[in-house]
Amino acid sequence: MHELSLAQHLLDLALEHAGRAGADRVTSLHLVVGELAPVEETCLAFYWDQISVDTPAAGSSVDVRRLPLQLTCQECGDAFEPAGESWSCPRCRSERVRLQGGDECYLDAIDVEVGPKVEAPA
Amino acid sequence: MTSRVVVAERVLRANDELAQGNRARLEAAAVFSLNVMASPGAGKTSLIERSIRGLSDRIRLAVIDGDLATSLDADRASAAGARAVQINTAGQCHLDAAMVGRGLDALDLTGVDLLIVENVGNLVCPVEFALGTHRNVLVASVPEGDDKPYKYPASYRGMDVVVLNKIDLLPHVPFDRARFRHGVEVLNPDVQILEMSCTTGEGLGAWLDWVVDQVEAHRALKEGRGGRA
Repeated sequence: MHELSLAQHLLDLALEHAGRAGADRVTSLHLVVGELAPVEETCLAFYWDQISVDTPAAGSSVDVRRLPLQLTCQECGDAFEPAGESWSCPRCRSERVRLQGGDECYLDAIDVEVGPKVEAPA
Repeated sequence: MTSRVVVAERVLRANDELAQGNRARLEAAAVFSLNVMASPGAGKTSLIERSIRGLSDRIRLAVIDGDLATSLDADRASAAGARAVQINTAGQCHLDAAMVGRGLDALDLTGVDLLIVENVGNLVCPVEFALGTHRNVLVASVPEGDDKPYKYPASYRGMDVVVLNKIDLLPHVPFDRARFRHGVEVLNPDVQILEMSCTTGEGLGAWLDWVVDQVEAHRALKEGRGGRA
């Protein structure tokens, strides 16, 4: 459900940057989302199509790059990406680990076009 | 021709900016504030009622209540003696900074020391939407099970305090405190975990002391910065 709010924020942000770049259309958005961030891609795409209609971003695609969970062991200092359910350190087996990354949610870049829309040749 | 524009901004930047505006309003009014989050039924409203009653001789309290519908929670906070406004989110699963801004419009903060914002009952996304409040509080409860930090890691990660409510039910339901604590500490090593029961009042004193300490520390910081000398 919060994907609707995310889609609205995403649209505002993309159109702001497209406008600043003097672009007429947004053709794709490149979103970076950590493994822990609660973003469901199918749901976001569903709302995106509805919310971007009749805007310069109509018909654009949202490409989501997922970043893995990053943990650091507090015992041996090993930095690792957990495999499966266990968050224990793969080197020393300690469970004293800290989360370093994996909750990101940012718009990395947008692809834009200037000028009248050119239809692809038949 | 297609060209790429680098954005590199948080998707929720606009919300973050509104949250900063809320924070500035709270600072101007010298009000300390908490964002209380939990799944439905964990005991947010009971904790707030207990706080209002337990702090009435020390702290003047206001409440902004977020819910999909009804004003039941704000009514409970008012009955307990706080100034309270209800925000109905009309189906939205979280409060955002704009909604809290409207709540602040409707609330007279004169003389208020502490604002408690009660978020919508949901552990998935409320923590993603900054409100401008000073501290995040998560209310977990024994009947929910000891696995919740593992299942909702993002929510546990962003907290300053985790309240474990309904400890009076520990003899009756399976709940491994060590497993719960470990799950929280992995995500959030510096967090305080306060165990209590809003029904029996056990452990409530430590929570009330924490709140008073936070309010006083905030006040001292403000007065220090005010530079009377």
